[in-house]
Amino acid sequence: MKNPYLPLPMKLVKNFTETEDKLIHTFTLQYLNEEDEKSFSYMPGQFAELCVFGKGEAPFGIASSPTEPGFLKFSVAKVGVVSTALHLMEEGTIVGVRGPLGNYYPVEEFKGKNVVIIGGGFAFTTLRSLATYMLHPERRGDYGDITVIYGARNPGLLLYKEELAAWEQSPDINLVTTIDRPVDGWNGRVGFIPAVTEEVAPSAENAYAIICGPPVMIKFTMPVLEKLGFTPKTTIMSLENRMKCGIGMCGRCNVGGKYVCKDGPVFTRAQLNQLPNEY
Amino acid sequence: MIVSKKDIPNFLDKLISEYQVFAPVKEETYTLFKQICSGADAALDAGNTKLPAKEIFFPQSEKLFSYNVSEEGARLEAPVDDQKKVIFGVRPCDAKSLTLLDNVFNNDKYQDPYYLTRRNNTIMIGIGCNSPASTCFCTSVNGGPFDTKGLDLLLVDTGDAYVVEVVSDKGREIAEKAGFAAAADANKDAAAKVKQDAVVTCQVNIDGLKAKLDVNFYDSIWEKIHEKCLGCGACTYLCPTCHCFDIVDEATDCNGCRVRNWDSCAFPLFTLHGSGHNPRTSNKERYRNRIMHKFKYFVDNFNEIACVGCGRCIKNCPVNMDIRVVLEDIRGSEARLDS
Ligand SMILES: Cc1cc2nc3c(=O)[nH]c(=O)nc-3n(C[C@H](O)[C@H](O)[C@H](O)COP(=O)(O)OP(=O)(O)OC[C@H]3O[C@@H](n4cnc5c(N)ncnc54)[C@H](O)[C@@H]3O)c2cc1C
Ligand code: SF4
Ligand code: FES
Repeated sequence: MKNPYLPLPMKLVKNFTETEDKLIHTFTLQYLNEEDEKSFSYMPGQFAELCVFGKGEAPFGIASSPTEPGFLKFSVAKVGVVSTALHLMEEGTIVGVRGPLGNYYPVEEFKGKNVVIIGGGFAFTTLRSLATYMLHPERRGDYGDITVIYGARNPGLLLYKEELAAWEQSPDINLVTTIDRPVDGWNGRVGFIPAVTEEVAPSAENAYAIICGPPVMIKFTMPVLEKLGFTPKTTIMSLENRMKCGIGMCGRCNVGGKYVCKDGPVFTRAQLNQLPNEY
Repeated sequence: MIVSKKDIPNFLDKLISEYQVFAPVKEETYTLFKQICSGADAALDAGNTKLPAKEIFFPQSEKLFSYNVSEEGARLEAPVDDQKKVIFGVRPCDAKSLTLLDNVFNNDKYQDPYYLTRRNNTIMIGIGCNSPASTCFCTSVNGGPFDTKGLDLLLVDTGDAYVVEVVSDKGREIAEKAGFAAAADANKDAAAKVKQDAVVTCQVNIDGLKAKLDVNFYDSIWEKIHEKCLGCGACTYLCPTCHCFDIVDEATDCNGCRVRNWDSCAFPLFTLHGSGHNPRTSNKERYRNRIMHKFKYFVDNFNEIACVGCGRCIKNCPVNMDIRVVLEDIRGSEARLDS
């Protein structure tokens, strides 16, 4: 019987301050042995329990893509015990990773379709994984147009700035970045995600929309997506209920009879419409 | 088969030489399941135990693994308790509760090795209930005082002796090894009479309850129902089917262990997000979740009600919240479909 509670030890090789306010760090972790990497086979949208030995564990979306071998990446906001311990951690320290957990974005269904990715704030982590996965030269041909609409309060709060710059130049992806209020030197758009999505007006024809972000952003972007013609079945979300076990046993993350950890975190709007609004 | 009551201590002593044996043991005014070293310690005439037998399989606090971390890596040790056990004197409701928990700890994707190893190595010997308590309502939730679900042997108390019903192969083996005598027809008749006379007086009508819960999530009934509840969580800690837990580290420097502790959906911190957002903000949402989980979600997922009618929550709630009344109130309420 495989013990689902045991973490894989990994080495923290990079503790990178991702945002200007220093509240989000991106951690790059390396496997200690080759077999470990084979046993950790994941897909975009999955998460893992990251543990700081002595402090505990907490769930974080996997920000790296399976097309990037050799390491795992997590971007973590400092909010409590485990996240703070991670932020303070020196490179070279051993941490634990338990997973991969949960389901993933339906990349098989996306094949032959246009994909619209909408992210707000620091909820961009697994969306980065998804975009990177689809942009991989061996896979890019499987998908139609890829549009990314990504917003943050100000430019300093955008994650993965180098990558965004590269996507900006790439013919393979249509990147739209936006900030809440104008700032000198910013040449992206200005405005909230719902409004910008309405302006950009990605076609819903033969397309899927994937949306992650703070509850208010989701609430106001949903009607825009509906207007554009995205249906409950072609609108995909990822939930973040509080979790502990990650394996459907500790009873904490349920929305109705579904456990977000085991049956999610990725759900279509159609699936969520069947569930109570406890998220 | 049949075994005389005076032979029980001897029977248990023999088991003790081969198994860890757990049985109800007298504490001041109540009984609890404990591991016994002598068959004479089993207290078998005192009704059901204060706490269910659940904690033998899923302890209130349990070490998942210990670790030692260095610069090179981490050494983890996760010993799993695989000692052979016998639970003697478990009541049918509590035996059934374990078959419900099996669904949780052996779900469609993951297996919990700690719980399942104990389950697989344990023999369950039950005793039927000749005089169900006033708070018992097992027959309303698909159980009964002589139900055999989750048992290997069921003993029926006929006065001086127990008539032994073999439920499983494991049970048969134990009974044969113990050399229980064959029951005479008179004994069998006595057992049948005991069963007939044991009446669970309290009946809760749950016909249509599930259909109501399917549509009443946003109903105003929930505003009223929780009002008395303090959110203390006592009911969840005493419940034989509750399984919520937390996972924490206990450590000094690089040596430590990861521990799981029972937790409760009655507590606000249970679902509080790191962002400060809480999907179940008040007692209303939390109490609703408790009812929904047991009488709807569990039924949707596993086709069984996650309540065995043991009545512990009724007996021990500090404000006399009575789940039987709650269920009747919900069933009788007008469901509203809108949100
Ligand atoms: C599937 C999934 C993916 C996620 N992905 C990411 C991600 O990519 N990046 C990211 O940054 N986050 C992500 N999260 C959120 C992340 O899991 C939480 O931020 C994290 O669990 C916080 O853990 P912590 O130990 O740092 O905080 P905790 O110490 O658990 O505290 C969190 C908050 O709870 C409150 N709290 C906790 N205990 C108490 C107490 N005893 N009394 C009062 N208040 C208390 C505090 O207010 C605190 O702010 C994800 C969550 C899920 C479920
Ligand atoms: S024991 Fe009673 S007061 Fe405490 S949480 Fe349960 S119903 Fe509420
Ligand atoms: S995190 Fe434990 S059930 Fe989902």
